[in-house]
Amino acid sequence: MMSEHIVRAYDKELDALGRRIAEMGGIAEKMVVDAMDALSSVNSELAQQVIATDPRLDALQREIEEQAILTIARRQPMAVDLREIIGAIRVAGDLERVGDLAKNIAKRSVKIGAESRVTRAVVGLKHMNDLATEQLKDVLDAYALHDVERAQAVWTRDAELDALEDSVFRDLLTHMMEDPRNISFCAHLLFCSKNIERIGDHATNIAETVYYLVTGGTLPADRPKGRPEATPAQLQAAGQ
Amino acid sequence: MPSEESSQMNDSASIDQPSPATSSATRDKILARGLNFFYGGSRALKDVSLSLRERKVTALIGPSGCGKSTLLRIFNRMYDLYPNQRAEGEVLLDGENILAQDLDLNLLRARVGMVFQKPTPFPMSIYDNIAFGVKLYEKLSKSELDSRVESALRRSALWDEVKDKLAASGLSLSGGQQQRLCIARTVAIRPEVILFDEPCSALDPISTSKIEELIDELTEDYTIAIVTHSMQQAARVSEYTAFMYLGELVEFDDTSKIFTSPREKRTQDYITGRFG
Repeated sequence: MMSEHIVRAYDKELDALGRRIAEMGGIAEKMVVDAMDALSSVNSELAQQVIATDPRLDALQREIEEQAILTIARRQPMAVDLREIIGAIRVAGDLERVGDLAKNIAKRSVKIGAESRVTRAVVGLKHMNDLATEQLKDVLDAYALHDVERAQAVWTRDAELDALEDSVFRDLLTHMMEDPRNISFCAHLLFCSKNIERIGDHATNIAETVYYLVTGGTLPADRPKGRPEATPAQLQAAGQ
Repeated sequence: MPSEESSQMNDSASIDQPSPATSSATRDKILARGLNFFYGGSRALKDVSLSLRERKVTALIGPSGCGKSTLLRIFNRMYDLYPNQRAEGEVLLDGENILAQDLDLNLLRARVGMVFQKPTPFPMSIYDNIAFGVKLYEKLSKSELDSRVESALRRSALWDEVKDKLAASGLSLSGGQQQRLCIARTVAIRPEVILFDEPCSALDPISTSKIEELIDELTEDYTIAIVTHSMQQAARVSEYTAFMYLGELVEFDDTSKIFTSPREKRTQDYITGRFG
């Protein structure tokens, strides 16, 4: 790791930023896991907990931004320090969004609650969520350890999540076509799967940030995609 | 010089050059190759190779005693004023070696002007501060001289502040104005290169901004090298930055690269304030 600054207060400020990011990461991860548990086990109490946690994440993001701006104003950071601080601002933004998406899943689980019909429809979603959670955990580790290879692995693996979302989409479409009474329930699940897919996207954003803050370079603009753009014909085929 | 040695030098020089993508449009105004400098027995520069691109600003940064001012003082042979100081290697100004013994130093210093850390106006009128140097090099009529003085003062963003008191002493001006007067004095001689040795270290932030704005404008016509202890200043005013340490050129690259992701750990440690 880097040696220390001559001005030790500078190191303390950077450490404080790192600690807050770690706290945000922990909270966001737990929210994602709990939201899905609430959905699959129809546990509205747990869902309410997830919803109630979100303001803490928002507050932490604001604190990180304020702290980062202060440090920029005070220290005029250069090179690796500058990248570190810009990285913290970006990662905090991503984690805050992850929290919002998890909260949205929790809210939907409360709404679905009573009308939960085809429980097997949730299986695919749960699978997606496990993968997204793993991505999030991995990328936060990569961030904490400044591990570029790990970050790149997360970045590449997002294609799997995209592919999974595609199959969940087809699956839900099938349920809706089988029985129109499933439509309302499955529409909620469709939004949930989109949310999870976006959580994965935020994980890849963080991976890109890790890459930038360690190397100073950027990953290519095009990420490998695991999902061919679905054509209307394919969508129809999925429904039959 | 044996051919083998010179080809090695070329190799090391090419490594130190800023990336071609950004620098292809300009040519080398001053090119130093394999430069060594000695204060008596002690070696202050070690095999330094770098170039000042034409009409660009190159910043020299590094801790005190790293050789950046020494390097600057070689570009107009300022060191010749002192005994026991000598330079070895090559410094080409438009392809001509300025370290050659038979070089006309007056002519060199007219082509390569210098502005110092502390403003050094002569104890004479504002007008004469500028006219004095011009008269050393050129015979101009009164009206030609007047217009030269005016254009130099305009060029240095000082005209509006002093046009009504050109007969006042240069020493009556504020520090920032004095420094701009020194820049006007340098500009009046119509040099090709201007060397700035910590030009803002004695100035307040407003005066500093004015000098920086001026440096920016001057690049339309001049090649500029600036030694500064302020990393932010180097980042603001220069296109290229050279980081020096203990007489060595550690890293030389585009300024944007040096201050966001330098190649060398020593550069990184210095600009981020980690130097022990």
